[in-house]
Amino acid sequence: MDTSITLTVDGRRHDVVVDTRTTLLDALRERLAVTSAKKGCDHGQCGSCTVLLEGRRHLTCLTLAVAHDGDEIVTAAGVSALEGGAGDDAPTSLHPLQEAFLAHDGLQCGYCTPGQVCSAIGMLDEAKQGHPSHVTDDLEESVDPADLDDDEVRERMSGNLCRCGAYGGIVDAIREVAGGAPREGQPDRPAQPEREAAR
Amino acid sequence: MTTRLVGQKVPRVEDQRFLRGGGKYVDDVLVGATTLHAAVLRSPHAHARVVEIDVEDVLDVEGVHLVWTYEDLADAAVMPATMAEPLPLLIPHPALTHGRTQYALAKDEVNYVGEAVAFVVASDRYVAEDALARIRVTYDFLPPVVGVDAARAATNLVHDDVPGNVGARLEQTVGDAPAAIAAAPHRLALDLTVERSACMPLEGRGTVARWDPDSGRLTMWTSTQTASGVRAAVAVKLGLDLGQVDVLTPDTGGGFGVKINHPWPEELLVPMAAKVLGRPVKFTEDRREHFISSAHERGQVQHVEVGFDDDGRLLGLDVEFWHDHGAYTPYGLIVPIITSTQLLGPYKPGAYRVVFESLYTNTVMVTPYRGAGRPQGVYAMERTMDAIAAYLGKDRTEVRAVNFIQPDEFPYDHQMVFQDGRPLVYDSGDYPQSLEKIKALVGWDEFTAVRDAARAEGRTVGIGLACYVEGTGVGPYEGAHVHVETSGKVKVATGLTTQGQGHATVFAQLVADELGCRFEDVEVVTGDTRRMPYSVGTFASRAAVMSGSAIHLAAKRAKEKALRIAADALEADEGDLEIVDGIVSVRGAPGSSISLGTVAVLSNPLRYAFDEASKAATQFTVGDPGRPPVAEDDEPGLEGKDFYSPERSTFASGMHAVIVETDPETCEIRILKYAVVHDCGHLLNPMIVEGQVHGGVAQGIGGALYERMEYDESGQLLNASFMDFLMPYVTEVPDGIDIDHLETPSPLNPLGIKGAGEAGVIPSAAVFASAIEDAEGFPITAMPISPSDLFALRQQHAAGASGAPDPSRPSDPSDQEDR
Ligand code: FES
Ligand code: FES
Repeated sequence: MDTSITLTVDGRRHDVVVDTRTTLLDALRERLAVTSAKKGCDHGQCGSCTVLLEGRRHLTCLTLAVAHDGDEIVTAAGVSALEGGAGDDAPTSLHPLQEAFLAHDGLQCGYCTPGQVCSAIGMLDEAKQGHPSHVTDDLEESVDPADLDDDEVRERMSGNLCRCGAYGGIVDAIREVAGGAPREGQPDRPAQPEREAAR
Repeated sequence: MTTRLVGQKVPRVEDQRFLRGGGKYVDDVLVGATTLHAAVLRSPHAHARVVEIDVEDVLDVEGVHLVWTYEDLADAAVMPATMAEPLPLLIPHPALTHGRTQYALAKDEVNYVGEAVAFVVASDRYVAEDALARIRVTYDFLPPVVGVDAARAATNLVHDDVPGNVGARLEQTVGDAPAAIAAAPHRLALDLTVERSACMPLEGRGTVARWDPDSGRLTMWTSTQTASGVRAAVAVKLGLDLGQVDVLTPDTGGGFGVKINHPWPEELLVPMAAKVLGRPVKFTEDRREHFISSAHERGQVQHVEVGFDDDGRLLGLDVEFWHDHGAYTPYGLIVPIITSTQLLGPYKPGAYRVVFESLYTNTVMVTPYRGAGRPQGVYAMERTMDAIAAYLGKDRTEVRAVNFIQPDEFPYDHQMVFQDGRPLVYDSGDYPQSLEKIKALVGWDEFTAVRDAARAEGRTVGIGLACYVEGTGVGPYEGAHVHVETSGKVKVATGLTTQGQGHATVFAQLVADELGCRFEDVEVVTGDTRRMPYSVGTFASRAAVMSGSAIHLAAKRAKEKALRIAADALEADEGDLEIVDGIVSVRGAPGSSISLGTVAVLSNPLRYAFDEASKAATQFTVGDPGRPPVAEDDEPGLEGKDFYSPERSTFASGMHAVIVETDPETCEIRILKYAVVHDCGHLLNPMIVEGQVHGGVAQGIGGALYERMEYDESGQLLNASFMDFLMPYVTEVPDGIDIDHLETPSPLNPLGIKGAGEAGVIPSAAVFASAIEDAEGFPITAMPISPSDLFALRQQHAAGASGAPDPSRPSDPSDQEDR
């Protein structure tokens, strides 16, 4: 059965007819040609399809497109236009979190990356709003993203699989953007003067 | 002079694209309504005869375009005869006396759950799956063979015509190991097992094909580690000329070995369907399909006998192992051969005998997974080293040190044959220095105090160590093409594919350094057979060594040509020229210079100008009228092309150490410290090498503590999902991994490099077994080890302490004979 729905993705409005059983992920990828959300498992177990849905991080493979008529979606391709980002979505501009991934080598094959990026942005926002996690000691106390330690960051990002194992860089990148101190024993953002010198 | 980029932590140029979700993986290609989608009906049974397949109802489903079974593949009116034959046996070996491969669609029999039985193409994947549900297959069940023990018992056979389920038996001997063991002052025997795991890249397999009837060409995108291999196989199987087939692999969402297999059934069925239907066809497997129908690795049962002297020196080593290769053997004996040779690690036993049987089971096939047989070999050897140390009451590092090949013994010839058919000769290394470094890094000598302090708090900790040597950069060759465009941009192509190793960055570093152009001006293309048709593939930690060397050589050629042309133009001596940031100038005379782009213009004598710059190369402007415009031994264009083909592999090495804490109640195993000393020769980009090591260690932790393919006795894979097959998430990897590098250059290639891709995962099972054994005080002989496994072992040893013989404890084989 087909139904007509409207989705706004990375600032662009789409009217689209979908079979009612189409997942939001398949609607994005197959019907709207928005391939910035990736499919790693289609079962809600890897996080690679994560987007920001109405501002919250959300797995798009576990929900039907028809349930999101009128919703606003931001994928990794659009996060630079968000608050805190460069404010535009030019193909070269990055959100600070993406910049930090770049600087800390938080990726290899890049397949999990769009999901990691959306998840991390959503997660920091949740923290900012005071949401506790499974490892938060004091549930009454408000959470400050800058105070998220490694365990907190890890727990809150534990839905995103990276088979390339770029986890160290991912944690470093998130901690930098959260405004916290770098991980123990880890340098600040690695210096990159070498390449400049070569120019 | 500019700073050299090689050796620097140059940030990766591919990352921007990836971060914005702009990576072009196969499923991101040809998205749109014109593309049709394929789905495959797979066997639900591990072993059965296919009696009948009824597809009658399928074409009634709206949106279904095609359904094929083996019968269709054998239909000469539609298919080339080659489509009805079994898939290629990619790597034949004389010892593989009973090699078997599957058909693109099952013929008469299925041999594992997941084997392709029928193929449907429809308007989208949803419809294609609806159609699969309408296919009715009648099976006659056969008894399944699951696991090494069942395969060895051979009560049932996987293939009727393979006696004993033995695909191959291979023995290599150096000296007389059994005699050396018999004569040795001390002897031990160990029985060890390693379970199955799998690569599990986040992007599964996928193939898209488009047939262009006007030009008679097939364009195919596929998620592979060898675009050129797929191209050759597809051309042969589809009955096309090689020149009609282009294979492209833009970005790959991880490979780790599994994607070196080719052609998958779908890599033939998809292009064939695209040709027949005249529409683009795409197949993207789902996660369950990846689990049950791609490939696994690791499963082995091993028996080690060793004879040694009072210092722990290996006098004789006799290893027998049984390798579960699943239902088919397309990748030959590569994995068990690597186990049997790389087992030797940094050591030199007095005499060595190794024999393996490669066995059929009714499970998905076994082909290389990052490490490719080395983790099992290292596990066998390092368990043996620990057992010797325990027996002699010596420090584990001392026993290893007395067995090391010494730095002045290179090249060291093991007198065996390696996986590439070449002699097993180590080119360089410094194992004693590595040992010193790892001891310092992990705090080996201070550990007794750490243990005592922990004990005082009621905590149990243990330390482990494991050493490995890894043959990397296997041949036969790779090639590269470096082309300077008239814009000054430098286009580089090499044929192998990229799965996240940062090739676009590392290879650009090499070109910028050698040619003297700007790093930013270099663009690297991998895995596109239109740009570089001659290639082998990305496996065995070979990309940097093979393609890196070829690119270096090709850039050198382009530079030589640039200097020759520039010398003419600048009326200078070639020897006085230098190229910096893409400008060729006379050293010390900065006014006298010419850009590489202009040199490219001059390299191609023109009749027709197409822009301002190209006017400089037209016939009334340049050239000596008395000479041909292109000299006899020259070619137009500013290009360099070269190939690198080494005599044999180069051997990287390293040592890992880990400190673990085991929970007295829950048996949880926590990693307190993980240290790596790694020697891959000169480092091209330390950041990328460290990323590779980190990623390998993460996978190694998975393999040692979590990952196990759970087949039941009927051959059903019980944990075929990310929920049930446990891989490390960010919560399972240690906070920091301490890495120290040693750079022992390889004499075999111009850059002095060795491969780095697999190292991180190789010693994991061994190093964790060592540390857990140290913490618990009883032998660990089976990996991976979960908390429940550890719990069972504690129970068993608590009972064993009351007098019963301990079957898992290494034993003196001569004791057994006496009994
Ligand atoms: S694809 Fe959605 S969680 Fe894996
Ligand atoms: S970068 Fe490859 S899966 Fe994360």
